[in-house]
Amino acid sequence: MLQISIFKQALIVLTCVVGLLLAMPNLFYSRVEQHNDAVTAIEAGASDPALEEATGLWPSFLPSGIVNLGLDLRGGAHLLAEVQVADVYASTLDGMWTQVRDVLVSERDTVGFVTREESDDGLLRVKISNVDAMDRALELVRGLAQPVVTLTGAGQSNIVVSGEGDLITIDLSEAEKMASDERTVLQSLEIIRRRIDAAGTREPSIQRQGEDRILIQVPGAKSAQELKGWIGTTAQLTFQPVVGRTSNPDENPGAGNEILPDAEQEGVYYVLERTPVVTGETLTNAQPAFDQNGRPAVSFQFNPTGARAFGDYTAENIGAPFAIVLDNEVLSAPTIQAHIAGGSGIITGNFTVESSTNLAVLLRAGALPTELTFLEERTIGPELGQDSVDAGKIAALVGMGGVIVFMVLTYGLFGVFANIALLLNVALIFGALSVLGATLTLPGIAGIVLTIGMAVDANVLVFERIREELKVAKGPARAIELGYERALSAILDANVTTFMTAAILWLVGSGPVRGFATTLGLGIVTSVFTAIFVTRLLIVWWFQRRRPKSIEV
Amino acid sequence: MRMRLVPDNTNFNFFRVARVTFGASVVAVIASVILFVVMGLNFGIDFRGGTTIRTDSTAVVDVAEYRAAIEPLGLGDVTITEVFDPTFREDQHVAMVRIQAQDGEESVSPELIANVEAALQTVDPSITFPSVESVGPKVSGELIKTAIYAVLGSLVAIVLYIWVRFEWQFAIGAVLALVHDVALTIGLWSLFQIKFDLAIVAALLTIVGYSINDTVVVFDRARENLIKFKQMPLIEVLNLSANETLSRTLMTSGTTLLALVALLVLGGDVIRGFVFAITWGIVVGTYSSIYVAKNIVLMLGVKRDWSKEKKPTGNQFMDIDA
Repeated sequence: MLQISIFKQALIVLTCVVGLLLAMPNLFYSRVEQHNDAVTAIEAGASDPALEEATGLWPSFLPSGIVNLGLDLRGGAHLLAEVQVADVYASTLDGMWTQVRDVLVSERDTVGFVTREESDDGLLRVKISNVDAMDRALELVRGLAQPVVTLTGAGQSNIVVSGEGDLITIDLSEAEKMASDERTVLQSLEIIRRRIDAAGTREPSIQRQGEDRILIQVPGAKSAQELKGWIGTTAQLTFQPVVGRTSNPDENPGAGNEILPDAEQEGVYYVLERTPVVTGETLTNAQPAFDQNGRPAVSFQFNPTGARAFGDYTAENIGAPFAIVLDNEVLSAPTIQAHIAGGSGIITGNFTVESSTNLAVLLRAGALPTELTFLEERTIGPELGQDSVDAGKIAALVGMGGVIVFMVLTYGLFGVFANIALLLNVALIFGALSVLGATLTLPGIAGIVLTIGMAVDANVLVFERIREELKVAKGPARAIELGYERALSAILDANVTTFMTAAILWLVGSGPVRGFATTLGLGIVTSVFTAIFVTRLLIVWWFQRRRPKSIEV
Repeated sequence: MRMRLVPDNTNFNFFRVARVTFGASVVAVIASVILFVVMGLNFGIDFRGGTTIRTDSTAVVDVAEYRAAIEPLGLGDVTITEVFDPTFREDQHVAMVRIQAQDGEESVSPELIANVEAALQTVDPSITFPSVESVGPKVSGELIKTAIYAVLGSLVAIVLYIWVRFEWQFAIGAVLALVHDVALTIGLWSLFQIKFDLAIVAALLTIVGYSINDTVVVFDRARENLIKFKQMPLIEVLNLSANETLSRTLMTSGTTLLALVALLVLGGDVIRGFVFAITWGIVVGTYSSIYVAKNIVLMLGVKRDWSKEKKPTGNQFMDIDA
């Protein structure tokens, strides 16, 4: 009667010891945090006596995982950005124009003159002068189609070509659009990550959410606005030939051209050829610098492809102006003085030291493929977070103290057993959070406090049952055994249902709410474990030592 | 001497007052629905978009002055509420400023926030802004949908589980008790126009989880007693089960409330709404598992003829041994 095999006892004790060990670093939070930061820095190649000293703050043989504090506890900024994937289609089609033109022009005898029609809907429209050769022209353009390389779109081609009268319309196929969306989002994700890394914050979290959204959480960022400054601009840099200057933004620029405003002078517009000579994608480096007059500027370096294109163009167009365009604004439009070989140059404009540094960072990280729209933004100041941590700690301690007293008053010695299990339970939650690398949020603390209140439930169920069994007693040992046995189905059913709601909350929630679901769910698992294994083990140990003739629960 | 919340061997007749309690519950649920339809909920920015700015200052908050400063910016509906909390320092004065979503704008412009902050700083130079949050109308629309799916999803999951483990009558009883708890919470929020945001939805799910926990314990005992006392009328079996588990029900609610009240008083104002919702839910949840769930099982009746079945109970976990 009332036996637990040595093997099981060892397993239960081992689990508790491991849980306590894993939870322990959280008691020395700032110490362990400094140690961890130093270790990461040293692994990254840094070395400095201060770092060496910081690693000594925590012995390396002890576990060093600590609970991540959520933004609401640590302070920081949170942004939910939507990537405007559809905006990429037009520029992709735009890039095909030269190919389409070349293939048609190569058979000018059949198709006649080839001109591009302006269109507002982003589709590529091409007019041929010889209507009779439409079929041949369509055949030529369709010959340009490439198979889409994705798992779902395999076997489909990337463009849809249709002809009507003398007009050929080219659009991207659905499969290509999907593939393009995917590429755009992944590319944006990568570039946002690089830009935030360049800003040098610790532990930013940049995740894709759903089809076309990116969730960015940066602890320690001063505000969401600052964060937007780091990632907000697309930094699409192009060098475009200048056709002319104008003051009328609504003027007809002519086919293949566009009108863009000057970045500094209001009312000044440039007519530019739409197809750029080189783009920012061919940049290999960009640094903040100063021009010959000592004003802040950005120096840049092209890769060989960019350098050749830029060199050839400048050689052929000495004396002509060209425009340096950033995000659809003309930064400057200098005149080409000489053939620029070697592929490096300098961008001047109305920069401050700060803005030139910023632009250099953005250019180095690469351009975002398209614009971002920010759907949600939150800033939490570090003091507010610290206040919440303090308040949460006090509330948890007071709540726990209350429950402990209550349990002892009601169940006496058995209450003490339940309390030991309760303390272990909280430690196990922290241990599990540390191992999982889960994030503790303010509602998460509420989840822990709620668990403290509810954790004794399984014990209460058992103790009440033991009380009942004692009335029809066949001795205390039997009553304890029956109490555990008969309370088990209620414990399981009750906790499985609660766990289900925690799981649903975890699946649909994000941020703080998910933090709550995490602690609640873990709390349910650990409280069932401590109630049916730990308290039971404690009772068995006590019983074997004392062999009481009667017990009071 | 042990403290006892409930004396041993209680024999309350819970069904004696069934007409009153059940009637009161039905009336309360209907009233809640009416309140919800007529008064609506005071949705936070999570659900209707907009921006909230938390201000913190050493000077006393003058809501009228704040309003006068922001008014000229022409931002439409602006709500300013002062926040009080026992955890604040002596000279700490906090207010929440809520600005509606601006027409046609998915994201809030940096200028808008800068303008509001500058306007408030002219009123009170010592003011700081510990948190600024804004949610676009697109996301808030989706959040409402997700929240509704989450609550419905958890109800369905629970019905299915109880149905599998018990009889279908129990599943209906349990889920109606849950609907009762959720409805009363929404009703209260609507009546007092307390801010209803994502955290409250999380609280609703927690209430659902807690209340089902309570109900299941009573049902589990009823299932056991139905087998033990084959001839006893259903009403008596249910009453006996409720009495036998009463002590546990009140103990657990007691410890949980103890912890929650500590959090409610000392946990700070940021999560007060959330904690209050759960606290309220524990109270109605405890009530509903005693007075609502069982009554519905009684009304639906339970099949008692298990003579042909081999093993009538779901105690397949009984052989689990530590």
